[in-house]
Amino acid sequence: MRRTSLYARHAAAGARLVEFGGWEMPVQYAGIVEEHRAVRTAGGLFDVSHMGEIEIEGPGALASVQRIITNDAGRLAVGAGLYSPMCLPSGGIVDDLTVFRTGDRRYLLVVNASTTPKDVAWIAEHTTDAQARDRSDEWGLLALQGPRAGVILQRLTPADLASLRSFQIFTDAEVAGVARCFISRTGYTGEDGFEIGCPWEQAPRVWDALLEGGGRDGLVPVGLGARDTLRLEAAYMLYGNDIDETTTPLEAPLSWTVKLEKGAFIGREVLAQQKAEGAARRLVGFEMTDRAIPRHGYPLRVDAQTTGQVTSGTFGPWVSKSIGMGYVARAHATPGTALGVDIRGKTAGALVVKLPFYRRNG
Amino acid sequence: MYPDDLRYSSEHEWARQEGGRVRVGITQFAAEKMSDVVFIELPEVGAELSFMQPFGVIESVKAVSDLFAPVSGTVVEVNTALANTPEVVNSDPYGQGWIILVAPKDAGELQKLMTAPQYRKVVGEKGA
Repeated sequence: MRRTSLYARHAAAGARLVEFGGWEMPVQYAGIVEEHRAVRTAGGLFDVSHMGEIEIEGPGALASVQRIITNDAGRLAVGAGLYSPMCLPSGGIVDDLTVFRTGDRRYLLVVNASTTPKDVAWIAEHTTDAQARDRSDEWGLLALQGPRAGVILQRLTPADLASLRSFQIFTDAEVAGVARCFISRTGYTGEDGFEIGCPWEQAPRVWDALLEGGGRDGLVPVGLGARDTLRLEAAYMLYGNDIDETTTPLEAPLSWTVKLEKGAFIGREVLAQQKAEGAARRLVGFEMTDRAIPRHGYPLRVDAQTTGQVTSGTFGPWVSKSIGMGYVARAHATPGTALGVDIRGKTAGALVVKLPFYRRNG
Repeated sequence: MYPDDLRYSSEHEWARQEGGRVRVGITQFAAEKMSDVVFIELPEVGAELSFMQPFGVIESVKAVSDLFAPVSGTVVEVNTALANTPEVVNSDPYGQGWIILVAPKDAGELQKLMTAPQYRKVVGEKGA
């Protein structure tokens, strides 16, 4: 199992460590609920160094990115980014990622940890007239999330964070005395926040400085457990659970990332047809009306007929409800539809609701 | 952390003899391992329990675990307060966090369970 450069910090903090995508990662420190609340009310610091970073550089960089992703990178100014799936010709999702334009002919793609080797191969195969390089071993990555994130980070960097808008990136920032960091205004929690890339071996220095400086603001380290409950309340997709190579962005609530008008890209033909016909199934959010917690893989029913299954489910610590997402037949995707969730042989009631479950104010 | 007047199962339930009844809950070790208990599926009063067979389900934010009966018998009371305050299983596992009260078929069955010193060895005597 691989370890990030912050492993010793996690172990010393008494974190519970688990295997995730080939990495030994902290699942919780003080407890999932406590960490979840800290992110919603103050701040949380996550080690996400296991995620992959791939750089595409050269004259054909933009054309390659456009071929690989479904969203439109053509509108990105240097220093701007976006979220996108990348698809197979079948429309199935290879991975979901963030893309930043970091130079005139240079793009940075941040991808999921467990899919990094597959992504590197896929991206290299479809890059022409440019070079795709896997830089995952060079970059440590921290996520600083929560209403106090901006205040905490600003004390440690000369970069003007107030001028950094959602999905923008500073590519040559200094953080806690560490040069050549990047700072993006992105995250996976539903809160304002930043992701900070730094040289792999410098991550403990940045980690320590943030926790020390942010302690008075209520900043705490947060594990993958709360990362999952936070993203689920915010209805962000988890690759491998909610989306994978058998689901398309139009079945998932990601049709906003499919830009058919931008021109050719991998999966376009199938997605154009699916859009014209309407996807036969849709990923919906639901809230339990009975006391029970939905989990990945539980069948979803309408009038005793199976219509799909749960892809993600939990008790939402902030919304204080049992919530889930799953694919259902198109006819059952309308908010207000009554669903049954088969939980250990018994059917518990649920109601389709609009996503997300949680949206921050302002 | 592991009171001497209780008996302990290999699945981390505790059993306390109270007159002719046996009160059942989960141990501090189990509560800490689950962390953040958010839901407990309880049996009905009157349900028949068999020794070390599942009688309910306990869920934390992340995980689902079966509850095993540390004694055979009939459920005579369930802790209905857990529906609204499941977190007391974490904060007070041997007190307010009790789960069911059982009329045992054979209280002698409790002798098959571990004593506190035996159980402390199993869980590594952490904080004992």
